[in-house]
Formats: sequence, structure tokens, C-alpha cells
Amino acid sequence: MKLTLPALLAPDRQADRVVPPSGFTAQLTSFTAGAMAFLAVFALALSLASGRLAERWASALAGTATIRISAPPEQLDTQVATVLALLSTTPGVASARALDTAEQRALLEPWFGPDLPVDALPLPRLIEMTEASPGYDSQGLRLRLSAEAPGAVLDDHTRWRRPMAQAAERLRLLGGLSLLLIAGATAAMITLAANAALSANLPVIRVLRLVGAKDAYIVRAFVRRFTLRALTGAGIGTLIAMIGVALLPRADEAGAFLTGLGFQGLGWLLPVLLPPLTALVAFAATRYAAFRTLKGLT
Amino acid sequence: MGGLQVIAFENVGFNYGGGELLSDVTLRLAPGSFHFLTGPSGAGKSTFLKLAYAELRPTAGRVSIFDRDARMMTRDDVAMSRRRIGVVHQDCQFLDHLPLATNVTLPLTVANRTGDAQDLTALLDWVGLGKLADALPPSLSGGERQRAALARAIIMSPDVILADEPTGNLDWEMSLRLLTLLVELSRMGKTILVATHDMNLIRQAKSQLAARVLRIQNRRIQLAGADL
Repeated sequence: MKLTLPALLAPDRQADRVVPPSGFTAQLTSFTAGAMAFLAVFALALSLASGRLAERWASALAGTATIRISAPPEQLDTQVATVLALLSTTPGVASARALDTAEQRALLEPWFGPDLPVDALPLPRLIEMTEASPGYDSQGLRLRLSAEAPGAVLDDHTRWRRPMAQAAERLRLLGGLSLLLIAGATAAMITLAANAALSANLPVIRVLRLVGAKDAYIVRAFVRRFTLRALTGAGIGTLIAMIGVALLPRADEAGAFLTGLGFQGLGWLLPVLLPPLTALVAFAATRYAAFRTLKGLT
Repeated sequence: MGGLQVIAFENVGFNYGGGELLSDVTLRLAPGSFHFLTGPSGAGKSTFLKLAYAELRPTAGRVSIFDRDARMMTRDDVAMSRRRIGVVHQDCQFLDHLPLATNVTLPLTVANRTGDAQDLTALLDWVGLGKLADALPPSLSGGERQRAALARAIIMSPDVILADEPTGNLDWEMSLRLLTLLVELSRMGKTILVATHDMNLIRQAKSQLAARVLRIQNRRIQLAGADL
């Protein structure tokens, strides 16, 4: 019988019995697979949450810009009107509007409270601008603004957006890297456990070879056991981790990162893939270890 | 049986990395023959048997097993050939976690022929272990283990039986019992090669059947005693 995954999953009581009952390697394999799957669920959640965060920050800040106008009070309205007129004729600008006093008060409220006398303060006026596609020439716009409204400064959010998006992107990469490391560590641990089991069972393997067992038969007996142990352990680890993720507080409207750590929609299906993937890693690792051990025997 | 010999050595030499243990050995085991292999300890009796069932490959010459060159055999070929060769060691190994009956039927299990195990009870009775079918190997005596190994070796009805000092751990009475079983197998047409230094056993066998005695001396095999 060929050593394939379907053949492996088919029950074979006789082949199962030739390998002695599990020792510490059984617990080690199940525990390793469970612990790694548990960590993998959180790494996956981190990666997905980082991705969502990067997209949210990028989409929230991309396509918008702010023009801040600081001028003597008597020139302020004139400069606002000039800038709005200028923007209405600028290619690449979809819309532009000046924030009113209430909106500016709302922006400052988190820092100064609700009773701030905005009217009495020499605050700059803000113009919110939406970019069209294709976008505008920011360098050209800055030059025009400095010529026609000297108090106007264009802030296209680049200096805010870039590091935030980069940070979120790197967090997502770290999450992916963590998953790879977890898969590698799982393979290494299961290979070590399989090697220990194979070494401990060398007399059994010699007997099997002596009575005419083919390599595939012997390998299958070990691989099947380790694969099923890994599958079981990873299943338990994944389940516990998914319950843990599900119990995390929900994301609030502000989209705070830690409260947004979790899965959304079809994303909940991704962790379900971890147990079969762990079993696949165990299958490959044990198969490699078993064939390597058998090569040294006649 | 296809050829005129089941196992053939042609100018075979073997060394473990040092000096040659066997040199220029030529021998053919004809179907149904009974051979004893003698020689002092360390002369190479066990090595000779291991060459005969492809546990070792010759460093010179050619070993043919069922007309196939052992050096050209794949690992699966070796496994298949061992289903036609029953091997009994002095310190026979079993799967200690499985009962005796399961150990005896192990060759059938690995060959996916468990349906052929219906004669197990008769086989165990034949080797005198009928009441120990459920016993675990560690609980068996030396003689019981040797007979269990013999039962395991013949359950596939092999063409050849190779026994390496099978009576080494047995008292005389038990040795005779095992010899009787080997003689019966020979009369069934099996090819048998027994490595032993027990001359009394050889004399006893030669009184019952025409066994040839080979001796390893000075790295070579020659007919010994009355066979010379």
C-alpha cells in the first residue's frame, strides 16, 4: 500500500498494533502540536488584525488632505474663500469644504473639554479636501497656495499615514513570519519525537524487517500514529485558542488595535485549517525521519 | 521452486572493514537439502547466514537468493525474499507488547495475508505452545521462545529455514525437541541450514536423515567430518 494521506487515514488495526503503545513521545507530540496550534491561532489573528488595521488607516487617510489657514482675523475669511476658489479649479481635487466652528470644537474637545471658547481663540481655519482619481499635484498646489493665500499650508497626511501603514504592514509580516516559525518549530519537534520513537523501537523495526515487512509498512505504522496525534493535539489547541479569541472584547468604533484582535466573517474558517496543516507537517516530518532511520537498517 | 538452488554463494568474500572474515566461499543450497554449518566462535557462521538472507551484502563474489543477485535487490525485494526464508536466531526477538499468537502470525500480518492464519492453533500445538497463545513473550522460557521463533519462521510456509544456534540456550531435551521439528520440516521438503557448534545435535540429526555438515575454517567453507 502506498504511503499517501488517504491510505494513512484508513484504519489499519494490525499495522497500528505492531508499534508498541505510546510512551512519552505520544504526549510530547500531542502537546507540541496543541501548543503550536494555540500560538498559531493568535499569530494568525495578529496578522489578520494588522492587515485590517493597515487597510483602515490607509483608506481613512488616503484620498484626503487638510489645508490649514493661519492669518490675521480680518484676512481669514478672504483667504478661506480664495483657497476654496483655487481648489475648485485644481485638477485632481474632487471636493473641498471649510470646517465650521462646531466641527473644530469637536476636534479640540478631547483635549480642552466641551466649553472651549473657540470663537475667542485665534485658531486657524481648516479646509477638508477630497482627492479625485487621478490625484492632484501636491507640489504645484503648494506653490499656488503660497502665491494666492500665504497663510495656507497643505497637509496631505503623508507623514502620518506612511509610518502608520508601514507599522501595520510590518506587524502583518511579523504575524506571517511567526506562523512560518511555528510551522518550522512544529516540524522540528515532531521530527525529534519521531526520531526518539524510532530509536526506542529499533528492535521492533528489526523484527518487522526480518519477517518480511516492507519499508512502507513500517513507516506507515509510525507516520499514521504521529499524524493522528498531531491532528488531535492541534485540534484541541486550535479550539481552545479560538474560544480565547472569541472571548476577547469586541472592537470599539475607534478601532483600537488590541480590541480588534480576532477574526471576522470567513476569517473564522482560517484557524480551522491549522489542525490538518499541522497533521500534514507531522506526516512529512515523520515520513522523512522514518525513511532515514530505515535506510540504516537492512 | 524455479532453479536448482534456492541460495547460492559464488566466490563470496566478506569483511566488516578489517580483514576478510569469509573468503572465496562457493556453496549451493539445493531445494529440500539439510545442512549444518559448524566452526569455532567468530568463524563467521552468523555472517554467512546474514549473507544468505541479505541482511549483509558480500564484499566480493555473488550471493543469489532465489536466482536473484543480492546486490541488485531493492529493499522491497529483500523484504519479499524474506517472506520465503524463515529465520531463527539464538536470541530471537519478538514484539514484547503483543501476545505470542500475534507474534507468530506477524509474517502473515506484514504480508497482508492474515486470512491464512486459520492453522495457527495447529501450528502452536505442533511446536508445543498451544496453551501459551495469549502469553506475552517476556513470560516465555528460552525453549518456548525458540519454538515460538520456529513457528513464526515457518508460518508463511517458507522455502528455506535458516537457524543460527537455535539450541544455544536450550537443555538437551529441548534441543532434541527442536531438532525433531526441523527434521519434520525437512521431510516436508523445506531447505534447512542450521548453524551450530553442538556436535551431539549433528550426530543425532544424521541418525535421522541425510544431513550434510559444512565447516568454516580459515575463512573458507568445506565439508566436514564424515562428509569429507
